[in-house]
Amino acid sequence: MEMPKPNPAILAKRTRIISRLRDVLPHDAVIDDPHETRAYECDALTAYRCPPLAAVLPQSTAEVSEVLRICHEEGVPVVPRGSGTSLAGGALPTADSVILGVARLTQVLETDYDNRFIRVQTGRTNLSVTGAVEANDFFYAPDPSSQLACAIAGNIGMNSGGAHCLKYGVTTNNLLGVTMVMMDGTVVEIGGAHLDAGGLDLLGVICGSEGQLGVVTEATLRILRKPEGARPVLMGFDSNEVAGECVSDIIKAGVLPVAIEFMDRPCIEATEAFAKAGYPMCEALLIVEVEGSEAEIREQLDVILDIAKRHNPVELREAADADQAARIWLGRKSAFGAMGQINDYMCLDGTIPVSSLPYVLRRIGEMSKEYGLGVANVFHAGDGNMHPLILFDANKPGDLELCEAFGADILKLCVEVGGCLTGEHGVGIEKRDLMLTQYTPTDLEAQLWVKDVFDPKWLLNPAKVFPLSVTETRRDHAA
Amino acid sequence: MLQPKSEAELADCLAAAKHPMAIRGGGTRPIGRAVAGEVLSTAALTGITLYEPGALTLVAQAGTPLAEIEAVLHAENQRLPFEPMDHRALLGTDGTPTIGGVVAGNVSGPRRIQAGAARDSLIGVRFVDGAGTVIKNGGRVMKNVTGYDLVKLMAGSYGTLGVLSEVSFKLLPEVETCACLILEGLSDQSAVAALSRALASPYEVTGAAHAANRGGRSRTMLRLEGFAKSVAYRTDALRGVLAEFGEMEVISDPDLVRQMWKDQRDVTAFAGQTGDVWRISCKPSDGPAIGAKIKGEVIYDWGGGLIWALVGEGHDLRKTLGAFGGHATLIRASEATHARIPTFHPEPAPLAALSDGLRRKFDPKGILNTGLMATAMPAA
Repeated sequence: MEMPKPNPAILAKRTRIISRLRDVLPHDAVIDDPHETRAYECDALTAYRCPPLAAVLPQSTAEVSEVLRICHEEGVPVVPRGSGTSLAGGALPTADSVILGVARLTQVLETDYDNRFIRVQTGRTNLSVTGAVEANDFFYAPDPSSQLACAIAGNIGMNSGGAHCLKYGVTTNNLLGVTMVMMDGTVVEIGGAHLDAGGLDLLGVICGSEGQLGVVTEATLRILRKPEGARPVLMGFDSNEVAGECVSDIIKAGVLPVAIEFMDRPCIEATEAFAKAGYPMCEALLIVEVEGSEAEIREQLDVILDIAKRHNPVELREAADADQAARIWLGRKSAFGAMGQINDYMCLDGTIPVSSLPYVLRRIGEMSKEYGLGVANVFHAGDGNMHPLILFDANKPGDLELCEAFGADILKLCVEVGGCLTGEHGVGIEKRDLMLTQYTPTDLEAQLWVKDVFDPKWLLNPAKVFPLSVTETRRDHAA
Repeated sequence: MLQPKSEAELADCLAAAKHPMAIRGGGTRPIGRAVAGEVLSTAALTGITLYEPGALTLVAQAGTPLAEIEAVLHAENQRLPFEPMDHRALLGTDGTPTIGGVVAGNVSGPRRIQAGAARDSLIGVRFVDGAGTVIKNGGRVMKNVTGYDLVKLMAGSYGTLGVLSEVSFKLLPEVETCACLILEGLSDQSAVAALSRALASPYEVTGAAHAANRGGRSRTMLRLEGFAKSVAYRTDALRGVLAEFGEMEVISDPDLVRQMWKDQRDVTAFAGQTGDVWRISCKPSDGPAIGAKIKGEVIYDWGGGLIWALVGEGHDLRKTLGAFGGHATLIRASEATHARIPTFHPEPAPLAALSDGLRRKFDPKGILNTGLMATAMPAA
């Protein structure tokens, strides 16, 4: 994976940079011992590692502002980092960059149930945002699988989704406002407890900008009252096409499930061997969950079951109680762990139009044979986001590269059928080089203009999102 | 007037343009000061490109009449979740609203509190910038974090960053039925408290409004939508939740309910009334205090977080309100007033600099609805 060469001029003044950072931060907030900077050499894309020049852990917006001001003056690239759970390498440093971690910014600043928002420092974990409001029966809707660990800062950077996003939207639909520090240290407030922008939707373009436009230190998030209840139903089918048609029919019937999860045969088999959740051994499995009062759940499930029966399922299973509901979900939630038991795996994240699922699965099956690598598929059937899990052997020379090539072909296929390269994980470094399969150079240039305006010196996370060749002039000019 | 018949023609028009252009869809939402320049109409960029009900996806050219889209969706029992306002009565305009205008103005309605605004349903755009370059962003899938989100940036940009040629939406199903719950005679304060209580319940309220009716009796209303049994259940539940606020009237006739919320959506009460119209977005619980400062008539929506104000002509409401969390937009006023008072709420200097910077990038010649959105905070 190509990364920009570290700037020798920056490396040469390392001592000075660190000294200046130490002037504005408490001693333990600056990490420059090589044994300790190792901890910041990668995120959850562990195949690529590079220790940074230093890592800093500010504890306030003011400290973040000071750090950025200094780095701006010195021309030091800055890589923001939430919890480091990115699967796309979003927080991968270069040797001349400073990791700016927000992990110490974890406070809840304000909860307001009358106005249905919570204001938090962005180093707080996603699940602990819900944790702060669940005693009042509220929750924060975007729920990526990594929510126990991932930070709001990263959620905003990547515009994270989660299983609930079919009904509740993704981060950008639940983000009301931010306090953001610009690369030159200026602190700006955008949005707040009111709805919609008064002018251009700057908040909308900041969300999903992968740490390249500013460092968000505080966020105002929408919170929702928990529904009275929720219940899943499990369906097994002997064909992917039929499963897809069933999903389509459920949606056309006017039911809006809170989640629709799909697993293919390889995934079902691996998961069952590991979790023993009692899944049927079939071609395709759907878990559909609905919310509401007991009566409302019943009404929606009746519609869904009626539709399912018309598609001749090999298995149709309702949950009679909370325990059975948990068992229905158990397999799906263990899927990645189950795959990890068998093998090393690479998790992809493309999105496709939901109607293309059968075709895409067929093509993935063909490519699996061509590449000689096994693949299992998990799919958010309501919104089209796919997670093919490619199995490989990290100890076998060449397998990682083969796996990456297979992954790239799958993502190109996603774009080919009218989808996109990434539905949740973001581009980071992982999909940088595929950007031109989805966008023309002109399309990308328009995105670069946005960064030109927010970060004219191109110091914030400069090696991410866009192919290095496309950003070369801007990055070199800044250096 | 220019009326390109294709995206390529639109690109040629803008590439060749040397003078300001006034971008026009249906011309039904001339919010704020009149924009100078030759009219560039999108009316010929019309037609639904793709509609997949089973995937809740619609793609249409920007000049497609909104009514045409709504009819096609209705036939499949689906709808645009954000219920875009029809400005014609309020602004005294006629013409045919287009879907592009809806996006350019981020035009939404009462259901915005539950279903999101236009920008939340928007998943893809194609547009031509002020230099004549065709740009696309997003696509036709809901989960898309590939690069920056220019889709959100284009929504509500009032044509100042580019002329939309095609837009893609994520849809929602139509509902089986609806009901309207009404409380009368509440003060603005009590009304917002009641609306807030309802919105904090698990009963999925999709409309929360309050008409102060300062000349007469105030009226507070809530909307419930969904399957019939669900609506009945939630109606009863909310009756209990809001018992302390007084006698609740329930309207169950869906046609009547739809008409009431259409009037709320379109601010029909201010149509044909003399006075300027302002639109204020604020923290809901701040609504009543803001309303109290307004001399005129006031209609609340979004549980108190949206305030429509009808005030005396030529009055700078922002001066009266002072600083508050949110923004005030001057929707309807005389030409003379528009020349004096910025349409959009002035931004603090760092944000104004970002907005100006973006406009310079996307419209280097400064020809797209020139001056419509640019404002700076008045010097202290």
